[in-house]
Amino acid sequence: MKYGYFPGCSLTSSAKEYDISLRKVIDKLGISFDEINDWSCCGATSAHVTNHKLSTALAMRNIMLAEQQGLDNIIAPCAACYNRLIISQNEIGKHSGIRKETEDLLSVKFKKDIKVFNILELFLKSGINKIIENRKRELSELKAACYYGCLLVRPAAITKFDDAEEPESMEKIIEATGAGAVDWNYKTECCGAAHSIARRDIVVDLSKKILDDAITHGANVMVVACPMCHTNLDMRQRAMKRKYPDHKEFPVLYLTELIGLSLGMDEKELGIDLHYTNFKYADTLLNNSAKG
Amino acid sequence: MKIGVFICHCGENISSTVDCPRVADVCRGYSGVEYSVDYKYMCSDPGQNLIKNAIHKYDLDAIVVGSCSPHMHERTFRNAAVSAGINPFMVEIANLREHCSWVHDDIEASSRKAIELMRMAIEKVKRDKPLTKIKVPVTKRVLVIGGGIAGIQAALDTANAGYEVVLVEKEPSIGGHMSQLSETFPTLDCSQCILTPRMVEVHQHPKIKLMTYSEVERVEGFIGNFKVTIKKKARHINEDKCSGCGMCITKCPIKKKAYNSFEEDLAFRPAVYVPFPQAIPNIPVIDETVCTYYKTGKCGMCLKVCDREAIDFAQKDTMHVADVGAIIVATGFKLYNIEKKSGDSKYKGYGEYGYGKYRDVIDGLQFERIASASGPTSGEIKRPSDGRVPKKIAFIQCVGSRDDSKGISYCSKICCMYTAKQAMLYRHKVHDGEAYIFYMDIRAGGKMYEEFVRRAIEEDKVKYIRGRVSRIYEEDGKYIVKGEDTLAGMPVEIDADMVVLATAMIPQDGAESLARTIGIPYDKYGFFNEAHPKLRPVESTTAGVFLAGACQSPKDIPESVSMASAAASKAIILFANDTLEREPVVAKVNEDICAGCFYCMKVCPYGAVEVKDVKDMNGIVYKEVAYINQGVCQGCGTCTATCLSKSIELAGFNNEEIFAEIAAL
Repeated sequence: MKYGYFPGCSLTSSAKEYDISLRKVIDKLGISFDEINDWSCCGATSAHVTNHKLSTALAMRNIMLAEQQGLDNIIAPCAACYNRLIISQNEIGKHSGIRKETEDLLSVKFKKDIKVFNILELFLKSGINKIIENRKRELSELKAACYYGCLLVRPAAITKFDDAEEPESMEKIIEATGAGAVDWNYKTECCGAAHSIARRDIVVDLSKKILDDAITHGANVMVVACPMCHTNLDMRQRAMKRKYPDHKEFPVLYLTELIGLSLGMDEKELGIDLHYTNFKYADTLLNNSAKG
Repeated sequence: MKIGVFICHCGENISSTVDCPRVADVCRGYSGVEYSVDYKYMCSDPGQNLIKNAIHKYDLDAIVVGSCSPHMHERTFRNAAVSAGINPFMVEIANLREHCSWVHDDIEASSRKAIELMRMAIEKVKRDKPLTKIKVPVTKRVLVIGGGIAGIQAALDTANAGYEVVLVEKEPSIGGHMSQLSETFPTLDCSQCILTPRMVEVHQHPKIKLMTYSEVERVEGFIGNFKVTIKKKARHINEDKCSGCGMCITKCPIKKKAYNSFEEDLAFRPAVYVPFPQAIPNIPVIDETVCTYYKTGKCGMCLKVCDREAIDFAQKDTMHVADVGAIIVATGFKLYNIEKKSGDSKYKGYGEYGYGKYRDVIDGLQFERIASASGPTSGEIKRPSDGRVPKKIAFIQCVGSRDDSKGISYCSKICCMYTAKQAMLYRHKVHDGEAYIFYMDIRAGGKMYEEFVRRAIEEDKVKYIRGRVSRIYEEDGKYIVKGEDTLAGMPVEIDADMVVLATAMIPQDGAESLARTIGIPYDKYGFFNEAHPKLRPVESTTAGVFLAGACQSPKDIPESVSMASAAASKAIILFANDTLEREPVVAKVNEDICAGCFYCMKVCPYGAVEVKDVKDMNGIVYKEVAYINQGVCQGCGTCTATCLSKSIELAGFNNEEIFAEIAAL
């Protein structure tokens, strides 16, 4: 199956390493990818809180482009993009008025039912066995806390994927890489999301709680699949340190980076060096053996 | 044939949009109509007298009444006709109210429609034939399915009226969920203390045949004449020999292999066991799935210690047949499984509450056992995980109930009350303990119920928080309950030592397959449907089958008991006559032209169609035809419409009559 790829704005900027590692991993696993030509904003955050019509049209424009490009599905690695695309699609499916309005705005008729997948679905559908086959590096020393955040599996009625309150699909992928996954409490708690800009104090408190719970439950790395979550959990650790002086730097990886590591790629290749927190697999091993 | 036509104004209900005098005038002109009149209230005494007098005066053979729906007054007008000497099935009703005046506003058009409706009814009545009621014999014995409080009450009431009862219970003892409860709301009297005398009464009643550890396998026949096959599961104990001494139970070496389901899995039981000390009958059961003898052929400890030689490893399931005239279904409820995966594909679980993962997150029935003097902690409130006394308990209502996202929309009705009771019991037993209750609404409708909840709040200082809980997780031996206080508009977090979930009530396992066995309808959740939600709440739509208790919808004890008594009285009413009279509107097969395709058998919702052999003069079967059991047929007409060779006719609605109506249009 060939996947249509919708990177979204974050993956070309603040989450560049998510894009880099995704492309590397996909290539290695032999999953074929077609970037949507001339893709645009998904209609997130500012659009969907100010203008409903605009945000639906923005999201549907990308789906329309995929359709015109002859694709059957779209993979949207950013949780917010994924959310915008499936919600808009659901709305035009349910309300003929909104459908007509959007079609008029875009001067098209939607014909195909394009399936939108998040990153977890991509690996669950086409990746698990390939990851196991291509595993090069032993990762059993890694104990990952899988963090889903708010959008990846919600709203349950529309995503119809995993259990929105107690998801476990990311753990399945982590297990395929040979790393361990810890059982912890905060996998769907709020990281503070877009408050990162205007109310950094809120984000620092919320994200700190998430990291602390992961550490309490024995994790030595956190794995995320959302650029916003990564920004808050990774970049804001400096602010955390300022507010909570005994905060210890804790590595936060994108799911694709961890998969890349298991496939034998190194940190630099995967863009892990672009993070604010330091992560060297060798160091983690050393730390663990020093502790043990 | 002389026909009388009577047009009712129904006050203004019909006459405001139908020109009643005009309808009566037009009808007077139709062939066969001898007399036609309109009147303000035809159902009133003067209206009925008008009909009766007209029948006498004009020597009428049949009447047509243009009035409200036949559901309302068909019986009234038929009775009036009968008292004037006309067969009740020579009365036709044209529905001029629901079908005409109420739904139209143009007087001219609705008057014309009323005339059409009348003409159809007149054409039909010309072809109607007098019918007589069918008489069927009655077996005056009742089958009660389920030995919980509803089944016990229904059995006792029927037996005390002098009729024989067969009470079937699938568990080894009767008593049901009520036997598990600690104390009951709103009086706080001990559940077992009020229940066990009833259980003993059932056991000793000469009219009640008690069949525990048994299940209904097959139901054949019809009202007054059911034939029921009951499977008695092998107890591996000879009931006639066993004295109930309990030696086998004490000596059984299997101690920790099987969870005790009566204790809601909070304790273990041996391989040979009685569910609880007051069990009726007090005869143990050997659980083949854990007993060493069935695995290895060795052990046999119970065999050695039983001095009455009652142990019978070779005992097999046996089948028993009972003839009964009525069936009372009282199969009750179970609690919705709240683990991550609900185990039932219909519903989603509550992984976020950690039930099954944290031992101190328990459900309502488990708390009942913990609070019960006969329970695993002898009534002391202790945590299942470490036996410590919890100093803070969070109770969460509506877990499953009223939650569309998990698959159940209904209110389980009893949880508001039992949660208040459990919090109260906890506060009575642990004086320095704190009880928090998360609720959506308090539904305390019932005698002394609201007062009871107020008492929990005001006297026992139970803290009520209006809001849902989003997550429960463990932190340093405490359970962090994260929720919302919607009245304060604030998120709340409670570090509880124990959490009690008031989970939804759902129908007992196997309810749907039992419903299919008996032939009664059920709703999408598996609760059995009543014949009418207001006026026939304890009858199923199948004649002779009655419902009692929580198998119909969530119910508390008083409601279950009232419903059981009502169901018993329905059975007793049925038994008041030696024969039953049934409406003669039933289908009949013309055996000469029936091709024996049995499509009718496939479509009949009541299982009324049977195979009948047709024999020649020498007694040799030369064809099979459909035969409709008149006792079972409900006159729905489905077979008539399905029959390819048009060889089935429904009395009172035969093809000739229906076609005449259509042709009159």
